[in-house]
Amino acid sequence: MNITRKEVLQVADLARLDLDDAALDKMSIQINDVLGYVDQMNEVDTGEVTPTSHALSLTNAFREDEKTEHLDRKRALSNAPHADDETFVVPRVIKA
Amino acid sequence: MPHRLTIHQARRLLLEKKISAVELTQAVLDRIRDVDERVGAYITLCEASALEQARKADRRIASGDPSPLTGIPVAVKDILCTRGIRTTCGSRILENFIPPYDATVIQRLEAAGVVIVGKTNMDEFAMGSSNEYSAFKLTRNPWDLSRIPGGSSGGSAAAVAADMCLGAIGSDTGGSVRQPASHCGVVGMKPTYGRVSRFGLVAFASSLDQVGPLAKCVHDNALLMKVIAGHDPKDSTSAPEPVPDYIQAFGKGLDGVTIGVPAEYRSMEGMDPEVSDAVSTAVETMERMGARCVEVSLPHTPYAVAAYYVIAPSEASSNLARYDGVKYGFRDPEAADLAGMYRQTRSKGFGPEVQRRIIIGTYCLSAGYYDAYYRKASQVRSLIIRDFKNAFESCRLLLSPVAPTPAFPIGEKVEDPLTMYLSDVFTLSANLAGIPGISVPCGFSGQGLPIGLQIMGNHFDEAMLYRAAHQFEQATDYHLKKPPLQ
Repeated sequence: MNITRKEVLQVADLARLDLDDAALDKMSIQINDVLGYVDQMNEVDTGEVTPTSHALSLTNAFREDEKTEHLDRKRALSNAPHADDETFVVPRVIKA
Repeated sequence: MPHRLTIHQARRLLLEKKISAVELTQAVLDRIRDVDERVGAYITLCEASALEQARKADRRIASGDPSPLTGIPVAVKDILCTRGIRTTCGSRILENFIPPYDATVIQRLEAAGVVIVGKTNMDEFAMGSSNEYSAFKLTRNPWDLSRIPGGSSGGSAAAVAADMCLGAIGSDTGGSVRQPASHCGVVGMKPTYGRVSRFGLVAFASSLDQVGPLAKCVHDNALLMKVIAGHDPKDSTSAPEPVPDYIQAFGKGLDGVTIGVPAEYRSMEGMDPEVSDAVSTAVETMERMGARCVEVSLPHTPYAVAAYYVIAPSEASSNLARYDGVKYGFRDPEAADLAGMYRQTRSKGFGPEVQRRIIIGTYCLSAGYYDAYYRKASQVRSLIIRDFKNAFESCRLLLSPVAPTPAFPIGEKVEDPLTMYLSDVFTLSANLAGIPGISVPCGFSGQGLPIGLQIMGNHFDEAMLYRAAHQFEQATDYHLKKPPLQ
């Protein structure tokens, strides 16, 4: 067992996902299958091998700090589930 | 039946004014109306805007100033942002998302005169190998409607195979262009990482994602590639290398080209004998055309799937944190407070496979497990890259199957994610290493299902891939066969 049911629940909580009991049962089994398979990596001696996060050796992409075209506010807000004329609107964070 | 034309055939007819772009587009729209109810390739059709673009194309041709793809009807995977056209990424969470801007790939296609017919179905957030994880519909394989088309660009591949467009655009994070191309009997290219801009491509795993074309033949694929490739200042990982003329490189035969056949790929578990036979025959065909075939070794191949299914979910869990119900996409209106809004929005908005990968990724990146999973996988990735580097010292190209079996029946693997992941064994190494790979038809199974050959090459060597693929296509006729779909 790589990950317990309780740990799956904790990780889901970190990722802001709710799982009901049935989903949690199924998810725990499937994730253990995957992590069990992934454990094969431990057969590989990676000693001092440098990890790769990107396949190409990229350098910083700089550009002149100039004003360019951008989304205006109306278009930026156009897909918001809830917005007024100026901002995104979310449920109250600080209780009155 | 203009919908059956290839892009280069249609281009000639358009320029000779033997057909108009409006007629061609209408023929494709009619074909969609006739067969897409059975295939299910499209999520959104753009009938009105397509005809408008076609009229514009006709005017441009009449004025004697056509661009390379003027009037060519193309389908786009629903993962690329299209201004004013709904872009769902196969997910409920983006069901009503209307992008306020175009992806660079879309801008380039439109500048080249393309007619965008519609947005194609896909596995949710490109996570899947069968299109069964789409939140909206099933896409069926045009060669056998009881089977999957492959994924995640299954809608694009099925649309090309069933003549519901002349060419299509997909994206490939672990095989998502090549595997559906193989299952649907079309040509699919995953370019070098950085070759095609990712600006406006909905992010899944940012170090692996790459946009690529699907087409009815190698020539068409190269025509699309030439248009979409090239540096883009809006993508900081975009490569500045110049884009060569792929078509120019076609006619040169394969004399003096050394092709490597990875020994590890032959002993792969779960290989269908019909697939290995078709690939062996393809190797012989390449030899007859002058190539020298040698055996090479990619010793870390058995660990590629494991490394991939740590790295891809880790990057996904981070990328998908942006879906919080605030700026765009679905928000659960029932939520009482902010935390509840995040949780309910994400739990109702994401399907089970996406949730599974977010949880795996979050776990692999979490304190205490990072070294054992993410860091370890990133080290294995370095070794896989080293394997390819070593192999390319003794050969220019690598040949392999695309998928271990032809298209499998709908429902066969949907409840067993690990088995689904294992079907990506031949394709995902190219994403880990950032190298290009192309899938070309190389045979049919006894049941009449297409089989694909994968040709991989070194970074930015797409021209050589196209040359070998085109030579192979000239020597065979698999790409000319059409699915039995009336």
